[in-house]
This record gives sequence, structure tokens and C-alpha cells, in this order.
Amino acid sequence: MARVTASVYTSHVPAIGAALDQGKSDEPYWRPLFRGYDFSKSWLAGQRPDVVFLVYNDHATAFSLDLIPTFAIGMGERFDPADEGWGPRPVPPVFGHPGLAAHIAQSVVQQDFDLTLVNRMDVDHGLTVPLSLMCAGPQGADPAWPFKVIPFAVNVVQYPVPSGRRCFQLGQALRRAVETFDEDLDVQIWGTGGMSHQLQGPRAGLINREWDNAWMDQLIADPAACSRVPHIDYVREAGSEGIELVMWLIARGAMADVAGGAAPQVAHRFYHVPCSNTAVGHLILEDT
Amino acid sequence: MALEKPYQDVPGTTIFDAEQSRKGYWLNQFCMSLMKAENRARFKADEAAYLDGWPMTGAQRAAVRARDLNECIRLGGNIYFLAKLGATDGRSFQQMAGSMTGMTETEYREMMLRGGRSIEGNRFVGEDGDAQAHRQPQGAAGKTSDKEV
Repeated sequence: MARVTASVYTSHVPAIGAALDQGKSDEPYWRPLFRGYDFSKSWLAGQRPDVVFLVYNDHATAFSLDLIPTFAIGMGERFDPADEGWGPRPVPPVFGHPGLAAHIAQSVVQQDFDLTLVNRMDVDHGLTVPLSLMCAGPQGADPAWPFKVIPFAVNVVQYPVPSGRRCFQLGQALRRAVETFDEDLDVQIWGTGGMSHQLQGPRAGLINREWDNAWMDQLIADPAACSRVPHIDYVREAGSEGIELVMWLIARGAMADVAGGAAPQVAHRFYHVPCSNTAVGHLILEDT
Repeated sequence: MALEKPYQDVPGTTIFDAEQSRKGYWLNQFCMSLMKAENRARFKADEAAYLDGWPMTGAQRAAVRARDLNECIRLGGNIYFLAKLGATDGRSFQQMAGSMTGMTETEYREMMLRGGRSIEGNRFVGEDGDAQAHRQPQGAAGKTSDKEV
């Protein structure tokens, strides 16, 4: 049977992709940020998951204002990096896992979550930057990402966006879905976005280090309480774009302790300011 | 019943809700069109002609031509859509975000290097933080453009 082995949490700032793609990762501005992922790269290489279920948000890339799905699951064989206006990132396409995606869709919809099923879409920095941060490749010899990826896009751009509580419940349904899939697969759930940042208006550049870290503490220790944080708290304390953090609750809801098991082990924790306009947060939780 | 908006007392912040989205529909869809290289080329060659192909308001067209992102957002634009316009100009998210504060690019970058904008005084309208209406514009860029006007 398939199993959830770990969850990974990280910001997905587009400038990180640009810095990597332009070979700037050793510059003094960027070095401290990438150093925070050194552990993660070797950890992931050791874990060798078969599939990563990657929760991210589309930034007006695959979904314009014509169609705004709250939760969209990628069912296809292949998803290409999008041209967001700067040209597509020079990274490999993502290969999906249509069999597991179909099973998750079936299971999660039957558990009362109304997913949008997507067979064709391009994936933007929200999905490719976490892959670049966590994978030692595919720069150089290895031309492909080392695992299958099921993209899962959450609307956090146009209100109404889903509540933290709904995301947390979805994570629980997701764990049940994975655990009932017949194939022997190691699956990781990644929750991305955040942390505090605001990209608009006179309050642009807001960073709230204290709130971010308290929120991360609560996400680890008491995720149910964390899931009850109302939207307005994210907006007020972590900036208008800080609302992306609700996506971390999907990954957290999929951990064993939420289903009555043991508390996860914190394998890694990292926080860094600034990355462009954003506070970067990163966590790895392992089921024990 | 009106749309519930508990976020209106956050200073210097516009939430992209259904009402803003409806106002900005064509402005944002115009921005989406710039994800295609051939459209970026056509837009750059003749901005006015390209904008004429979209049923936007005159104020929206003028805000796009002026690259006034605060005004674009007030008129229903959203930063992730407007980012396509910024990308067409070769600008980063940091340059775009900074342009909305009245700071120069250097001033904004230095604020971020110092740890970003403080939350103190910037949680509620009516406090005294640097994002409050009575403290705009915040930097030399805003002051220069005031003189030019």
C-alpha cells in the first residue's frame, strides 16, 4: 500500500528561481538562503520518495479570471514550466502520477471535497521553485526531477479563499486517500507559499518575524489550533500575500498525529529574511 | 446582504475580492495576454493600439500607460496579473512592490535588507506606522514625482 512518509513546507518566492537560473546562488545576498536548504537536499536524496503531492498556488498563470478553482488536482502525465512573462524557467517538465491522482480524486471527492480535475495546465514558480530548492538536480547531468509530482493548486489569489480549517481537513482526507492506494509508494506532501509578505500598496514589504515563528511553532505543536486562525489574522499580521500559509495546513493535516498516531519529528527548520519581498520559512516533518 | 469585508481596516492594503475582481476583469485579462511572447512584442511596439483592443476603462488604460500600480490595483488590478506587465518591462517583483511605496529602488531594497517593513503601527488604519495614509509617500521617489507634478 502507499504511505505518507513526511511533509515539507517552504516558501516559493519567484526570485529564488531567477537567482538559480541566472547562476547567482553563491552571491552574498543569496548564499544564506540556499545554505538553509543544504540539509534538505541531502535529506530528500536519502528519502527517495516515489511521489510528491505538491500543494501550491497558481499565480494567475494556468488560471486567469475566466476560471478560479478553489482546489485543483493535476491528473495528467506531464506539466510544463509556464511562461509567466519572463519566459519559461529552464527546468525540466514535471511528470505526474495519473494513477495515484485519479485514486486521490475519487477518494477525496467521496469524502466531500469538491476538487477540480485538471488534465492540462502549465505550472508556475509556485511549483517549480520548491522543486529547485529541495532537489540537488536536475541541474547538470540528470535531466529530470527524481520523483513523480502531483500538482495541487489552491486559490489564494481571489477571495473567497479556503479557510485554514478547510485546508487542514483536506490534508486529513488526503492521508486516508493515499493509505488506500494499492501500489507500494512512498508519498510526501509538500505545502508551499508564505511566509509574511505583502506585494502591494503602501504596506508592501511587510515582514513579521515574530508572528511567522509563533505560527510555525503552533503548526508543529498544535495544528488543530493553528487551523482555526482566521483569514484576517494572516492579512493583518503577515501581509496580504501571507494568506498563502493556509496551504501549509494541507500538508500538516496529512501527518500521522492528526489521525491519532505519534507526533512528527522536526527534521529541519529554517527561517530567513529577506528574500526579495518575502520572509522565507522552511520545515521538514517526518512521521515516526 | 453586502459582501462581508473584515479586511478594510488594514492600512495600505487592497484585498482582491469578488468586487475588485469584477471591476478589474479586463485589466487583468489584458495582463494575462502578456504571457505570450508575440503579444509582449505587439504591446511594446504600440501600447495605445494594443490597449485599444481591450474593453478597459480610460482610467485603467491611463494607469497602465503610467505604470501606476497603486492606481491599477485601486481600479481592480491584482499584483499577480500586473506582474505580467512588470515582466514585459523587465522588472522584478521587488521593483514592482517598491514602486507602490514612494521609495526609490535602493531605499526599498535597503528596507528589506534591514528586515522588512515593521508591523508596528501598521495593523489598523488610524495608527502611526509608515504605511498609514498620512505618511505617504514614504521615500525620495514619491517626493520627486510630487515636484514634477
